[in-house]
Amino acid sequence: MKKREPISTGSEWTFELIQKYDQEIARVAEHYGLDTYPNQIEVITSEQMMDAYSSVGMPLNYNHWSFGKQFVTTEQQYKRGQMGLAYEIVINSNPCISYLMEENTMTMQALVIAHACYGHNSFFKGNYLFRTWTDASAIIDYLLFAKNYIAKCEERHGVDAVEQMLDSCHALMNYGVNRYLRPQPVTPEEEKNRLLDREEYIQRHLNQLWNTIPKKDLIKEKKAPRFPKDPEENLLYFIEKNAPLLEPWQREIVRIVRKIAQYYYPQRQTQVMNEGWACFWHYTLLHHLHDEGLVTDGFIMEFLHSHTSVIYQPPFDSPYFNGINPYALGYGMMRDIRRICETPTDEDYQWFPDIAGSDWNETLQHAMRNYKDESFILQYLSPHMIRELKLFTITDNSTLSTMQVSAIHDEEGYQKVRENLAASYNIGNREPNIQIYNVNVRGDRSLTLRHYMHNEQPLGDDTDEVLKHLHRLWGFDVHLESVSPEGEIIDAIHCPPRPHTEEVA
Amino acid sequence: MSYIIDRRLNAKKKSTVNRQRFLRRYKKHIKRAVEEAVNTRSIRDIDQGGEVSIPTKDISEPIFHHGNGGVRQRVFPGNKEFVVGDEIKRPEGGGGGGSGQGKASNQGEGEDEFTFQINQDEFLDFMFEDLELPNMIKKQLRDATSFEVRRAGFTSVGSPDKLNVVRSLRAANARRIALSGKERRKIRELKAEIKTLEGLLPNSDAVNQINALNEEIKALNKRIKRMPFIDEFDLKYNNLVRTPVPSSKAVMFCVMDVSGSMTQSIKDIAKRFFILLYLFLTRNYKRIEVVFVRHHTHAKEVDEEEFFYSRETGGTIVSSALNLSADIIRDRYPPGDWNIYVAQASDGDNWDGDSHICREVLEQRILPLVQYFAYVEITTGPHQNLWLEYEQIRDKFGETFAMQTIVEPGDIYPVFRKLFEKKE
Repeated sequence: MKKREPISTGSEWTFELIQKYDQEIARVAEHYGLDTYPNQIEVITSEQMMDAYSSVGMPLNYNHWSFGKQFVTTEQQYKRGQMGLAYEIVINSNPCISYLMEENTMTMQALVIAHACYGHNSFFKGNYLFRTWTDASAIIDYLLFAKNYIAKCEERHGVDAVEQMLDSCHALMNYGVNRYLRPQPVTPEEEKNRLLDREEYIQRHLNQLWNTIPKKDLIKEKKAPRFPKDPEENLLYFIEKNAPLLEPWQREIVRIVRKIAQYYYPQRQTQVMNEGWACFWHYTLLHHLHDEGLVTDGFIMEFLHSHTSVIYQPPFDSPYFNGINPYALGYGMMRDIRRICETPTDEDYQWFPDIAGSDWNETLQHAMRNYKDESFILQYLSPHMIRELKLFTITDNSTLSTMQVSAIHDEEGYQKVRENLAASYNIGNREPNIQIYNVNVRGDRSLTLRHYMHNEQPLGDDTDEVLKHLHRLWGFDVHLESVSPEGEIIDAIHCPPRPHTEEVA
Repeated sequence: MSYIIDRRLNAKKKSTVNRQRFLRRYKKHIKRAVEEAVNTRSIRDIDQGGEVSIPTKDISEPIFHHGNGGVRQRVFPGNKEFVVGDEIKRPEGGGGGGSGQGKASNQGEGEDEFTFQINQDEFLDFMFEDLELPNMIKKQLRDATSFEVRRAGFTSVGSPDKLNVVRSLRAANARRIALSGKERRKIRELKAEIKTLEGLLPNSDAVNQINALNEEIKALNKRIKRMPFIDEFDLKYNNLVRTPVPSSKAVMFCVMDVSGSMTQSIKDIAKRFFILLYLFLTRNYKRIEVVFVRHHTHAKEVDEEEFFYSRETGGTIVSSALNLSADIIRDRYPPGDWNIYVAQASDGDNWDGDSHICREVLEQRILPLVQYFAYVEITTGPHQNLWLEYEQIRDKFGETFAMQTIVEPGDIYPVFRKLFEKKE
């Protein structure tokens, strides 16, 4: 390929240079077939970056003390030099908004453009979870609606009341997502129009629910159908629709938190893939530019310096070890897939007969579109990768006095390590499986939840606190039963706490 | 096509509201932390704002997560020597699963303290909240040694050297115009009459009349002339007033009894009082020096650390400290250049024979030189002879001498306010 003049040689950036880099990167990205939303690149200062950080990366959000806490932490760490700010924040919206920080050098800006504006962006647009669960074109409008609505509630009902409501909802935020239903996309205009209808409808609906004039007691209590008929895993949804005492505005706040939780749901499940994909593409795109002679050797050295520190995986006994680095794992796997496609070994042919030797770009695109972390690892983590990271599994059974090494990176272990690692990215395993089981409709209106235990793991010590929040939302007694796979109730927590009479129950 | 937008000029501080909410929510915790900081920090740095730590567990947001126990399988990178079947001890430290929770809770294994920065104003707000501090900054200093002469318009009394000639003549002119109005109107009327009579000429009757009128005009002109050119009443003097200009330097003496009877809690109260005074002075002076004088049976100038935290035992002779302060003032802080403030804290104990000496030293060597002398007695008991002697001084030097009793920390601010309130 003919060498060309580099786009820039210094480390200072200008808007013209950013535009030129963006054009070149866009050209190369198209060459590789990356499909993206249009980009909106915003240059901000480090202060603004801290702001963005602390409102969970959103350009606007409602006010809540927890974001303040986040901000204060970020500010403190940044000032002390304990952490650099992220180079970038990218928002899954259409157009896709990415932030560049003013302080960065030209190289870093180019890296961020490649990483965020083309890497993450194409992931947002392509991955099935994002396609199913989020509506990129509506999120900003929705956040604006939420912010205004909550501000209005604060005016009308007082900051404290709203704060309590939000606290309670935040405590249950992870349980405010639908996992298996496609929510209907609603534009904010519709949202507003339907607001009144909904409030009215819900109230009417509720009255019916509670208006249970006892018919002749032919049906025995035991046989009475449960409400809800099937256990409900979306706790916030259930609260929003069924909590007897909430005011309409409180229901709307529950709904807002639930919606935002739903928006983040795909991100929580695709961190490894998303970062891996973005790192893979910034690496590939910028090296392509280097091969064309559009960036200098100095540029590529600086780039590699940041790149390698981002994808470094400290071993488990290092003081820097803080779990598996999703960048390292994701990037490593993406590279590995390309390697399997381009230069497969016998082992690869044996493990990945369908992709070994195929077109790498097509294979990667396919993986990006159709997997989430759990399934991605289960499908694509190769023995080569396991050896490279020297992965091993430790089984920690609390009934035994020691922990066991149950699998390492050897022939017998590959399959097991792969399964274990994949399982650790399964949100269903990571978070306790808690569902709404029953409401005592004819009695004290108490709400019973069931915790379906996984690997005999009990609930953490925050549980009481969370139940208090749930109790606040529900308004009547709340019970949480831990159930073993055999259907046996092992433990029960009550809010308000019960004096020791559980044996009777 | 990408849009590139420069947002750097957009509003910063978007998080301010959230931050305020956070501070509001954890007011109690922050206040406790601030109080601790007050007790450990140097007086000079007290209003810097600073770091506040509150226990992490108090501010965590609860979520459902797995607790310790059960069976879990975790994958780690970087295996070196493990083979299948190796047994490893659980990591020590109560919660063996501490790191295991890392996945479920985003807190992970963190520090026990949540530390963050608050700024000076916030710090002061929290610090003085239980002292019920109003906006002290607005208070003006009553006394200030040096004065500046400033113009302040004109007055009608003054010494001849301040006479303003232009203003005086202008006033004279105005007076003359004003007072001669009637005569001049008359003259105008007469002149008009003459004009009409001149039309009737050469009628001899008219000639006579014209002559008579001219006489009249002459007489009127004479009267106008007789009006004084300048009068006492016209004199205007430049008005110069002396405005107090606080000299930009101040020195604050902290005098404290450190004899055996002073407990650490008394000293902490004293420290807060000194801090208040210090802050009060910082609002008014550019440069402040602080001199720490502590005493038991004899006095010593010390640094702050020693002042507050070293313990001595023995009797108490207050006059030693007063004498030392007076010496220091004489040697290092000429009252012409310095505003001198003395704050003395004690539990009221003094050697019986010494109290009247204290009064003499104060009256002769100190009070004439200082802006203000504040004495606080931190005690729950009855007053002793030192207080009684000081009461006599208060009656004599009400302007510069003030004394109050403090019983508990909540009294500090009210007492401070009483000490520094405006006296009419």
